[in-house]
Parts: sequence; C-alpha cells; structure tokens
Amino acid sequence: MAESLLKVSGVSKHFGGFTALSDVSLEIAAGERFGLIGPNGSGKTTLINCISGLLRNDAGQIIFNGKEVTGLPPYQRTRLGIARSFQVPRPFHSMSVLENLLVPSAYVVHMKDSEGEAQAMEILRGMGLAEKAGLHANQLSQVELRKLELARAMAARPRLLISDEAMAGLSGSEVDEVLAILFKLNESGITIIMIEHIMQAVMRFSQRVVCLDAGKIICEGTPASIVQNAEVQKAYLGA
Amino acid sequence: MRFWICAAVIALAAMGVALSGINEYVFFAAFVVLTYVVLATAWNILGGYAGYVNFGTPAFFGTGAYTAVVLFKWLGAPLIVQIFAGAAMGGLLGFGVGMLTLRLRGIFFAIATVAVIFIMETLMINWRYVGGATGLQLLRPEAMAPFASYTRMLFVVMALMAVAAVAVARYIQTSWIGRGLRAIRDSEEAAEASGVPTLRLKLVACVVSGALMGAAGAPMPMYLSFIEPASTFSLNYAIGALAAPMIGGTTHWLGPVLGALLLVTIQQIVTVTISNEINVLVVGVLLVLFVVLAPDGILGFFKRWLKASSK
Repeated sequence: MAESLLKVSGVSKHFGGFTALSDVSLEIAAGERFGLIGPNGSGKTTLINCISGLLRNDAGQIIFNGKEVTGLPPYQRTRLGIARSFQVPRPFHSMSVLENLLVPSAYVVHMKDSEGEAQAMEILRGMGLAEKAGLHANQLSQVELRKLELARAMAARPRLLISDEAMAGLSGSEVDEVLAILFKLNESGITIIMIEHIMQAVMRFSQRVVCLDAGKIICEGTPASIVQNAEVQKAYLGA
Repeated sequence: MRFWICAAVIALAAMGVALSGINEYVFFAAFVVLTYVVLATAWNILGGYAGYVNFGTPAFFGTGAYTAVVLFKWLGAPLIVQIFAGAAMGGLLGFGVGMLTLRLRGIFFAIATVAVIFIMETLMINWRYVGGATGLQLLRPEAMAPFASYTRMLFVVMALMAVAAVAVARYIQTSWIGRGLRAIRDSEEAAEASGVPTLRLKLVACVVSGALMGAAGAPMPMYLSFIEPASTFSLNYAIGALAAPMIGGTTHWLGPVLGALLLVTIQQIVTVTISNEINVLVVGVLLVLFVVLAPDGILGFFKRWLKASSK
C-alpha cells in the first residue's frame, strides 16, 4: 500500500446509550478510490461526520496527511484538505451557483473574487454546470444539486473528497454522469471516499470497499470479494 | 463612490436643516427616527445577514445609555466620549453574550438574548449611583455653537451616527465577511465544510452589532435629560429594531434604513396626532401586513415588481 493519507484508529461514537461507532479503524492511501457501504443506520454518515469534524469522536484518533485532526473544528479540517458533500444537498440558497463556489475559494484558498470566479467556472465546466452558473440554487434539478455539492467541495481544492450518497435517488444515466465526474476527479489526483447505497456504482468505482454494520467494520476487501462475503450478505439480507 | 457622495450630502443636509428655523419638535421626533435607523442597521448585521434573531437590543442600547450617564456624572465627559464609550461597552457586552449564546441556534439563541435584557435591567435597578429604580435627573450642558439648542445638536450627531452605522453595515455586507455570514444563514454545516469559521464570524457580527446599538443608546440620557431603567430597557426597542429590517428587507443595508424611516416616522406622527398607545399598534399592523404581502420587505417587493414588469 502507498503512503496513507487518512488514518482512522479506534474511533468510537455514542449518542446517549446508543453506540453508533465502536472501535473503527481504517487507512486510506493517497489517490485511492475507497468505497464505504453498509445497511441503513450502520454508522456510515456518523463515521464521515467524525472525519470531517461535524461530530467529535468519543474515543480514537484521526490522522490526516500526517497531522492529528481529532478535535479540530470542521473549517480547519477543510483548510487542511478534507472536503465533503452532504447526503441531503445543502446549497447556499440565497446565492447563485457561482457564488456558492466563491465561499470556499475565499475562505479556504484565500482567492480574490476574480481568481475565484475563474476557478469556479473551470470546475463548473468540468461538471457540465457552466450554463447554470448564474442561476440560484433553488432553480436546480436534483442531479444538478448533487453536482453543485461536489463542485463546492472541489472549490476548496481538497486532497480528500468524501462523497456522501451523491447518487441516491438519481436515474441510471444520471448515476453514470456523476460516476464519470468522480472518476475524472480521482484521475487528477484526488483521493475519494464514496458512500453509496447503489451497489453497482460502488462496486464499479471502488478499488477497495469496507462494509459497516451496527457501527463495526465487518468486512474489507476488493469489490468482488465483498459481494461474496457471508457476513455482508447477512447484514444486507438478514438471512 | 456614489455611496460616499450620498452619505456626505445626507450629513450636510442634516446640518443645514438643524441650522434653519424649523420647529423644534421636528428635531425631537427626527432624533428618535434616526436612533431606530442605527438600531435597525445594527440588528440586521447579526439578524439579517447571519440569520441570528436577537431580541436583546434594549440590553445593548441600555448599556450604552448607562455608560454615558456614568461617564457624565463621574467625569463630566463630553458627548463624543460618551458615545465612543457606549460603543465600547456595547461591543464588550456583544462579545460576552456571543461567547455564551452563539453556540445555540434558532429559538434557543433568541430566548437567551431576551434574558440578557432582564439581567442588565436588574443590575441597573439595584445600582444607586445611577439612580436605581427611580432614575436620575441630568442637567444638560450648553449647546455648542453653531446650534441654537441641544436637541438640534443631538439630531445632527445622530444623523452622523446613522450614516456611520450604514457605512459599517454596507462594508460588512459587500466584503468577504458578508459572504460568510450569508453562508451561515443558508446552512451552518455547509458553511463550516466550506472553510468558514462560523463561530468567529458570528462573534464579529455580534460585537459590531452590539457596539452600534451601544453607541445609539449613549445620547439618549442627554436627549431626555433623564434616565431610568424601565423605559431604557423597554422591549419596544427590541421590537422596533427587529420590525424595521423585516419591513424594509433584511438582505441589503438599505432595507433597515427604509424600514426604520417608514415605521418610526408613522409612529411619531401617530403619537402626536392620535395617541401614544396607538403607536405600538402601528408596529403590529405593519409587521403583519408585510409578513403576509411582502415577506422579503420593501426591497424584495420592488425586486419582484421590477422582474415582473421586465417580462
């Protein structure tokens, strides 16, 4: 394995008496395409909330790019290079699509508006959103909102992109579109964690997959080996 | 540039009017209108741009007023010193309140700010030096030349403060701070994930807003020649400072200015021509009308109207 970019070791998270994550450890290499799967409520989003800083883990350590980030507020983690999209799109709805991208370019990359706009247009072109740059976020379709989530994350020039169910509820051809975008970003050197329910998409995308169930890692391996795994089948089918 | 020319023209016009022979009462009423322009503009920095509804305006306003009284009684400090000290204390209170409450969201933040009013009012009621619950009479100094009366001078001072407050709000709105505050209003989680230090920005907004409110309160004791806690910490300030931006529009610095001019001018006219009780009704009726018919305020209404007519 190449040098690891993200190292999660022994992370636990409780909500009252409920254990959302217990002793989760994983390592992700720079440039990797990593898939995170698991049934509903298995702790996928909790785990990435802990990685991105929205939640504080109760125990364990998160090291990004050789630096301990446990306990840092989310905005500092974004500045270090961890960007994410949200499962339910959270656009800045009072702003245009272009302005949405200017927030990270001003606050993370410290660009002037003219530079930020140039960068934003380039990102939007890459996602096929360039014609929508002047529209307000509430005028976008579902798939365009998902792309905006990814585009805004990219405007922070991250090293690691966490895509939280960017494809849920999209049609087959739309899934292909978003997949193509993620492949392209990965080729440009960005490490990607994909959380997804659409199996066919995760399996096509990921080089390595981890399956969570009830807050524990039950299986890790190549996509092909994961689907063969008895525990994974049990977690999903309950048999 | 156009903004600064307008600002200078308004300031000069206020000066010119104050030196003319217009009835004294006009200045007495206009001072109140301008006070609300400052309060509404200040409120909007946190409430409008960042979406954090602050009901604590009287606490900041009263802190400014009592700071001025203390400095006047203790040192005989001139008005300009009272105003800057009022701003400093208002900003300090904003910092303290912000540190304690800005982690709260929505309704919880709003309730916490109400509590601050009662804390400040109780403190002043129990402080004998500033007159306690009975209040304190203040002897106004002579008006400075070229003003014929102290009220006229206060009118010009408040006009300058209104221009300054609007300039500050406009700077915040158009700078990178404003974009961050808007991001916070739209989605705080997404703002953090986009690198915005949300807590720090909200604190900045709370301090600036509190400082402007404190400054607005500082000339009040001299205007009334009197101070007492119940009217200084009156909830009417909270309602007026919140209603004016709602009526004018919260997304642009011009909104609170238009709202305060409209609302408080009507209130002042009603107070004189009908009754002092009815003037509170004006706020209620206007608020309901605007919330139902023009939820984005006067500015939003015109924006929609322009869009519709250009089609």
